[in-house]
Amino acid sequence: MTRFLSILVGLGFLAALAWGFITSPHDASVETAAEVYHLQPKEVHFSFDGPFGKYDNEQLQRGFQVYKEVCSACHSMKLVAFRDLEGIGFSKPEVKAIAKQWPVEVPSINPDTGEAATRKALPSDYFPSPYANEVAARAANNNALPPDMSLLAKAREGGSHYIYSIVTGFQNQPADLIKRFPDSKTPTGLHYNPYFANLNIGMPPPLVADGQVTYADGKPATVDQMAQDVSAFLMWAAEPKLENRHRWGFVVVIYLLIATGLAYAAYRNIWRDQKH
Amino acid sequence: MSFPWAENYAPKHPFMKWMDEKLPLPRLVYNAVGAGYPVPRNLNYFWNFGVLAGVALTIQIITGIVLAMHYNTSADGAFMSVESIMRDVNGGWLLRYVHATGASMFFIVVYIHIFRGLYYGSYKAPREMVWLLGVVIFLLMMATAFMGYVLPWGQMSFWGAQVITGFFSAIPIVGDPIHTWLLGGFAPDNAALNRFFSLHYLLPFVIAGVIILHIWALHIPGSNNPTGVDVKGPQDTVPFHPYYTAKDGMGLGVFLIIFALFVFFAPNALGHPDNYIQANPLSTPAHIVPEWYFLPFYAILKSFTGNFLGIAAKLWGVMAMFGSILLLFFLPWIDSSPVRSANYRPAYRIAFFVLVLDVVALGYLGQAEPTAGVVMFSQLCAGYYFAHFLIILPIISAIEKTLPLPNSISESVLHGEAAEAAPIGMHSA
Repeated sequence: MTRFLSILVGLGFLAALAWGFITSPHDASVETAAEVYHLQPKEVHFSFDGPFGKYDNEQLQRGFQVYKEVCSACHSMKLVAFRDLEGIGFSKPEVKAIAKQWPVEVPSINPDTGEAATRKALPSDYFPSPYANEVAARAANNNALPPDMSLLAKAREGGSHYIYSIVTGFQNQPADLIKRFPDSKTPTGLHYNPYFANLNIGMPPPLVADGQVTYADGKPATVDQMAQDVSAFLMWAAEPKLENRHRWGFVVVIYLLIATGLAYAAYRNIWRDQKH
Repeated sequence: MSFPWAENYAPKHPFMKWMDEKLPLPRLVYNAVGAGYPVPRNLNYFWNFGVLAGVALTIQIITGIVLAMHYNTSADGAFMSVESIMRDVNGGWLLRYVHATGASMFFIVVYIHIFRGLYYGSYKAPREMVWLLGVVIFLLMMATAFMGYVLPWGQMSFWGAQVITGFFSAIPIVGDPIHTWLLGGFAPDNAALNRFFSLHYLLPFVIAGVIILHIWALHIPGSNNPTGVDVKGPQDTVPFHPYYTAKDGMGLGVFLIIFALFVFFAPNALGHPDNYIQANPLSTPAHIVPEWYFLPFYAILKSFTGNFLGIAAKLWGVMAMFGSILLLFFLPWIDSSPVRSANYRPAYRIAFFVLVLDVVALGYLGQAEPTAGVVMFSQLCAGYYFAHFLIILPIISAIEKTLPLPNSISESVLHGEAAEAAPIGMHSA
């Protein structure tokens, strides 16, 4: 009886599947421009790649400079505080100065009247956002919303490699794309970038000329260099404990290997006189 | 319970004697996982995974309790509080990565444990109750994992919750009111987040309770073994301690190494990048996918595409998805073959390995873009899943010609027939 019922129920599910199979449309879907022209992130090496990877503080400081002078005009970084910059090698007084000189002030109240006001940032403050709210951000950017950058390197497939590819990936739309997909011409206000999922990104090319930023450490600021530095900095912003994690991981795995070796020896020893 | 030749607990120290009279807890432990529990001597490494699942649950509970101390249960604050755990709480990144990776580790271990039970017929008499309780644990785990994934309140948390709770609205007539009642609103928000957190904290302790019943039920007939042959006498068994505590200790070491490699070197490999974007009810992700351990069931859900017998495709999908797990409750009676181990069931063995491939394929299809080809292939694989349990198994168990069984465990071991204990191509040491 159980078997009979079981087979009956099984046939019911199979019939429902088969019906779906028969009735669903089987014609191949139409190719889109994004399927053909979208590219995977570029190959580029970062110092923090791999299990022994570490951040390069000089690079992170340069990347921070690119964020400060270029990206921060539109992109917020709400989860990172000025005090966190001590983690990339800035001293306490330097952090204090960076906070104080930050072009956007922190929302506050007037201590006498209680009216809304702003004040200079302190090391304990999080990076102030360039726009008061999402509506203001969209209004200033052709209705595109510049994403918050705190976790960007973890919130995109490919991480810092993806960011590097986007920043350096702007180009003219290929002529054969328009020939093949006449409807997929990049709309005005958007910018062709094959590393972006739908090929057309709202952000204009942020790094356009060598020397756009004058590095404090004297390193030549080529577009490629700036792109690498800012991508590395954003990885740090998203995962500040990465070095710690790699270091601990090394210790923990060595410890576990030794412990497991001992456990294996104990196992062999205990079972030595037992057939199994 | 257990066998008459089991070693007896005999406390020597006066304090332990006193304790044994007042509260015989040491005796209970001794008989459950000590020298007082005789276990077949031929268990292979696939028998490590029950203990590993227990360890995985313990790790989840410990890390979870500490994480809850720092977590803010509100739609406005949840995402920020998780990030403050990652950035500002001492060792917070470690706690959170262990907890997030731990969920995946728990599932992989439990999936191997379940497939081991399927291969060696551990669900058959006299262990039906062990199996039924195991399926209950599996269901509780799925509910707990789903609600836990919602807590960080990222994009996948929110939209995953939207999709999963949406299943209830597939119920005819009363679906929508039930959906609203369960969520405490029309879409996931504060009310839903708070009840998910409450239940996410409760259910692991329910799981722990059912695990106690699972082990209790196991200890009445005793453990199954790779030959599936009953224990006949003392020569067939060894005491759990020290023999299997040593073997489990070794297995635990290997498990923790793999666990640590993920936690420290690829902590986000098993998650979805979109969950690092704060939940936004106004922006739907391009591609909503659940965590990897739900993908086979998600593929089954999506493979029902036709309205059939007056039942909507969505309801078929939901029924099939729940049915694919609920049918496991009937397995001990669907498969009526008296032979347990697949090593002696040539036809069942083939069907079993096809099922393993089928479930892996469903996992792949669950995350693939639903093109016409993917949908067709999912229909095929979902079809095999149901056919395997509901049609092939009853037929096989009626007509299969099984191989001759060894007379006893010890005979099989002493003849050096280790190969007949391990599954094909996997030889136990």
